[in-house]
Amino acid sequence: MHDQPSISELVQAVKNFIDESAAPNLTGHAAFHARVASNALATVLRDLEQRPNAEVAERARLITLLGADEDADIKTLNAELSTRIQSDAFSIETAGLLAHLKATTMAQVEIDQPRYSGLKTAKT
Amino acid sequence: MTLIVAKMGSKSEFETGLHALFTRVFGESAALESIQRLSGGASQETWALGGGEHEVILRRSPGGTRAARSSAAIGLAAEARLIEAAATTGVPVPDVLHVLDDHDGLGDGFLMSRVLGETIARPILRNPEFENARTKLAAQSGAALAAIHAIPTDTLPPELALSDGRAQIAQYEEIYRSFDAPRPVFELALQWLKANTPTPRDTVLVHGDFRLGNLMVDETGLAAVLDWELAHLGDPREDIAWVCVNSWRFGQSQNRVGGFGNLGDLLNAYNQKTGQDILASEIDWWEMLGSLKWGVMCMIMYEAFRSGADASVERAAIGRRVSETEIDLINLLEAAHA
Repeated sequence: MHDQPSISELVQAVKNFIDESAAPNLTGHAAFHARVASNALATVLRDLEQRPNAEVAERARLITLLGADEDADIKTLNAELSTRIQSDAFSIETAGLLAHLKATTMAQVEIDQPRYSGLKTAKT
Repeated sequence: MTLIVAKMGSKSEFETGLHALFTRVFGESAALESIQRLSGGASQETWALGGGEHEVILRRSPGGTRAARSSAAIGLAAEARLIEAAATTGVPVPDVLHVLDDHDGLGDGFLMSRVLGETIARPILRNPEFENARTKLAAQSGAALAAIHAIPTDTLPPELALSDGRAQIAQYEEIYRSFDAPRPVFELALQWLKANTPTPRDTVLVHGDFRLGNLMVDETGLAAVLDWELAHLGDPREDIAWVCVNSWRFGQSQNRVGGFGNLGDLLNAYNQKTGQDILASEIDWWEMLGSLKWGVMCMIMYEAFRSGADASVERAAIGRRVSETEIDLINLLEAAHA
């Protein structure tokens, strides 16, 4: 299989079309939705680039935090973490929990909304 | 939960209805000359109608499928009655001119006077013409909330639910769990909020969505409090904290109240007018609840896309704003745990 253009290049091309051709010709709600669409594609590009490494780090932290199996998948690990908090087995006092959640959430916001003010607060 | 879907068959049918409405409310000599859809308001339609000396606003349920915004919306007829009640205690509000009925054939909604000003947060927080307004808005918000919380609760529409802090945790936890999409940050926030629930203060009418976007602001400050659809009976600190939620500071995090002011100014005005003694430290718990609620509301709006009810890119993309509330919750949990 070939990848010319790659997924990222295709997404970038569609984003270029929205920003440079479509959006300038739209008004009102359609213009608003075009901006949202362009921002969504920017999120897609960041997700493609950043998620693989972020999830490797998140998974490693989860395995340590939960004492889980080395080959557990990330969805199962997060479900288990949620269950432990919900059942009060884990709390804000649990060593490493808040730090893990902060690192995971910061990585997520870097993809979703990197200019969000709460991310700057988290970094200081 | 009332869900009334107003389906208009076509645009021309809608416009015919508007012309008839205008004549019904303002008399045979009044002619509707301009119809303009105003942006903003994801869950309700807002139309500016003009003709002769009449400049009015129609707020009505969406013409198509109504997108879920929250399970707590009270309906537009009840909202109109609340705005009328709010006028009696000195809350700055538009005049309600007419509540739509079956005769109008326009669905659920009401007609109100048009208050001039700006609702969009970005210009209010950044543009020089609002510089004077920004210095006054925190105290004006305190005074307006005091007047809202002074509305006698025995004359209010029966649709209004009683929902204090504990009830809201239960309500939003149930919605969150119904999506079966576990989020460990929400779990930790829920656990912390439950373990630290404050004793309720005396029940008042809570606006439920008091923040920029729902406030009409002019160059002198707060001109009108709009969008009463999330009103309910509850704890007065809910309203004070909601405008402090970081999502409603619109990037100006350093100004805790709405991105424009400080909490001390709001509380001074509020306590002076109500005779209460609410402390800034009491607001922290409610602010965390507010961030959690907004996170769940974003999940609700994303669910409208996921379920196929609303195919718009806006409803899809809002699912990627849940993480904003998660980082706010982390920041608040860190501060609470320090």
